[in-house]
Amino acid sequence: MDESGRPLSPFLIYRWGVTNSLSILHRITGVGLSVGILVLACWLLAIATGPEPYASVMNMFGATWFKLPLAAWAFCFFYHLANGVRHLFWDAGHGFGQAGIKLGGLAVVVFAVLMTATYAMIGLV
Amino acid sequence: MSFKSPLNRVIGLGTAKEGVSHWWHQRVTAIALLPLGLWFAFAMLGVEIRSHAALIDWVSDPMTAVLLILTIICLIYHSFLGIRVVVEDYVAAKGVKVVTLLLSSFAHAFLGAVCLISILKIALGSG
Repeated sequence: MDESGRPLSPFLIYRWGVTNSLSILHRITGVGLSVGILVLACWLLAIATGPEPYASVMNMFGATWFKLPLAAWAFCFFYHLANGVRHLFWDAGHGFGQAGIKLGGLAVVVFAVLMTATYAMIGLV
Repeated sequence: MSFKSPLNRVIGLGTAKEGVSHWWHQRVTAIALLPLGLWFAFAMLGVEIRSHAALIDWVSDPMTAVLLILTIICLIYHSFLGIRVVVEDYVAAKGVKVVTLLLSSFAHAFLGAVCLISILKIALGSG
């Protein structure tokens, strides 16, 4: 209850947990990927413009400070992809039990971390 | 002219007056982006990313160009729908909300056009 005496929507009362963190992370990674479209567009435009513009764009994308956002985008991509599959299962009515929620959440996080690490090791990010 | 009754016209459309089309389009593009996104992620491991000539070769391949174009279309639309939900959920002030949604629409249209024209220019051999 707030000072007006009217009941609040439950989302303000429930305690913070793993499941709702993973849920909000789906939105955060989604917004992150939307920002990443800007980089994708710059990259494609640079390829189409010519070798010299491409080299200068790649000098920026290849810089050390750019490795962090690239790794973050890789994580956003793999997390959003895996959690998106989880959402599709929910849409079909599966995986709503306690075990399903916990197992699915764990699987998504493990997948995203492993794939991001693999990408980082191969040297792309 | 429509022969639907006024009642039939509004059933299932809900308070937003557009039914479940936003929800459904979000899912359709999500399903399309599963194979397309994975293809792009794995293709990035295979191409020589530093070499401009290698990338021109790669994008010039008709199959690559087709898959890239489909990826961009689905990605831009999926992102546009997703950002709209986030803005509608978290931006309370009506004026700011409308302006943000407008900017999002223009940004998505602009970036989509940049990506598609770039791919087409390379694929059609004038890149």
